[in-house]
Amino acid sequence: MDFIRLINVEKRYKNGVTAIYDLNLAIEKGSFVFIVGGSGSGKSTLIKMLYREEKPTKGQVIVGGLDVAKLKNKKVYRLRRKLGIVFQDYKLLPKLTVYENVAFALECLGEKKSIIRQKVLKSLEDVGLKNKVHSYPDQLSGGEQQRVAIARAIVNDPKLLLCDEPTGNLDPAKSMEIMQVLEEINKNRGTTIIMATHDKEIVNKMKKQVITLKEGHLVTNKKKGKYEDEAI
Amino acid sequence: MKLFRMLGRSIRDAFKSVIRNFSLSLASISCITITLIIVAIAVIASFNVQNFTTEIEKDLTIVIFLDGETTEEEAKQVEKTIKKISNVSEYTFQTKQEVKEKMQEESEVFKTVLDNFEGEDSPLKDTFQVKVKDVEKIKQTAEKIEKIDHVSVVRYGEGMVDKLVSAFTSIEKVTYGIVFALILVTIFLIVNTIKLTISARRKEIGIMRLVGASNFTIKTPFIIEGMVLGLFGSIIPIILSTYGYIAFYNHFDGYLYSELIQLIVPEPFIYQVSLIVLGTGIIVGMIGSSGAVRKYLKV
Ligand SMILES: Nc1ncnc2c1ncn2[C@@H]1O[C@H](COP(=O)(O)OP(=O)(O)OP(=O)(O)O)[C@@H](O)[C@H]1O
Ligand SMILES: [Mg+2]
Repeated sequence: MDFIRLINVEKRYKNGVTAIYDLNLAIEKGSFVFIVGGSGSGKSTLIKMLYREEKPTKGQVIVGGLDVAKLKNKKVYRLRRKLGIVFQDYKLLPKLTVYENVAFALECLGEKKSIIRQKVLKSLEDVGLKNKVHSYPDQLSGGEQQRVAIARAIVNDPKLLLCDEPTGNLDPAKSMEIMQVLEEINKNRGTTIIMATHDKEIVNKMKKQVITLKEGHLVTNKKKGKYEDEAI
Repeated sequence: MKLFRMLGRSIRDAFKSVIRNFSLSLASISCITITLIIVAIAVIASFNVQNFTTEIEKDLTIVIFLDGETTEEEAKQVEKTIKKISNVSEYTFQTKQEVKEKMQEESEVFKTVLDNFEGEDSPLKDTFQVKVKDVEKIKQTAEKIEKIDHVSVVRYGEGMVDKLVSAFTSIEKVTYGIVFALILVTIFLIVNTIKLTISARRKEIGIMRLVGASNFTIKTPFIIEGMVLGLFGSIIPIILSTYGYIAFYNHFDGYLYSELIQLIVPEPFIYQVSLIVLGTGIIVGMIGSSGAVRKYLKV
């Protein structure tokens, strides 16, 4: 059984723009997948459909056996609890410390204080920020802030981690650090990772599955793929 | 346990937010305060009116005079008929002789005047005094009695109570109108206060959605915030109405104008009024915040 399956998925926005055309896709459990493509090719749209921020206009989006497209708005939170999401802009709360930012995710779920503490420290350790728990986001570098965001995304030990250009604001060295963190999460926790990116260097170094989109169409899907300029 | 932790968090957030947006919160709180002061006055007044009208109504009696030439037999017949009327709870019968004696007992003037009349000449009449079970139907009962043979005049304290009650009900209507309008304004202000909180916490709400907070978790702090506004708004009205009523009661020694209009004893009445004021404040706050949540949170 594939962990994620997209069947004849089309996404047309209300303004008439079609971002995804008839997409068929299967992603195995535990895999690490890059989604590449030019600006406006539909990468973010695809990710958004996976966490049910957007609904496909046609087809099925199946995540862990559940047709996300059919999920009622009221029940979306159940899906969100099973996955972690990381963005280019970190989305940290500036008035909370590193610890509090990560704990926030679990507090929203009503976890016990003792369990929160244990899980938060574990995930901060996994991203290498155990020594910064009491810092505030504006006291951290971009790379560190992104690692806090990753720690928050994995704190509830999700099966799936979605990343939309997580290294978009970082220099190459910091980007590689983030990639190492992600690779370790993928290996040690068995978390399936889907990451949309522009970054050719990263894609080529990591040698993971690569899905290439072009103007809303799937053009290539290769295990151990590369960033193929000509396809984009 | 999970629910309690979330509620605890929600209440904490709500208080924080009221303090953070204090200037706008203050507008809502003042409006609730004014509304609730009027609510308190209206409640105190209408409970008192209700209290003394029922007190007066309890004393209402139908007085029936029989024709001068009614015989004892016929009077018995009338008594039987009255007994059968379902709304009659008790009655007493006095012959003209008894009425005369009673009146003479009460006053020296009557004593000498009435002494001149004996037997057939007497202007007094045999009377029944009837108490009813349901005062609301006293008019119908009186009409029924009027139709009985030999019954000449039927009297009950119609005018006074009716006039009093109708005067108070029209005052009541106006007050309710004002309260209703004020509540609408208050709700409008609360909606805007909560709207501001929602937009101040937009980022936080977005993150809550991402990490899988349920709608309940997202909504509750805002709804509780409305209730907290209501709670703050009811403090001054409760203090004012409690001490105000006690002072009012003591000043008038417990009744207005005459012994007939008794005021309700302050304890436990003021506690009930406080509870109504508090309840109204919290409910109005909740309605306002629920409205804002529905409109601006889209959950
Ligand atoms: N909310 C929206 N409403 C209308 N059109 C949208 C919306 N979001 C995206 N689009 C359009 O859909 C297409 C795909 O957008 P998408 O954001 O998925 O691209 P992307 O591959 O993530 O691009 P980038 O690399 O610049 O982030 C674009 O043409 C975009 O203008
Ligand atoms: Mg994008």
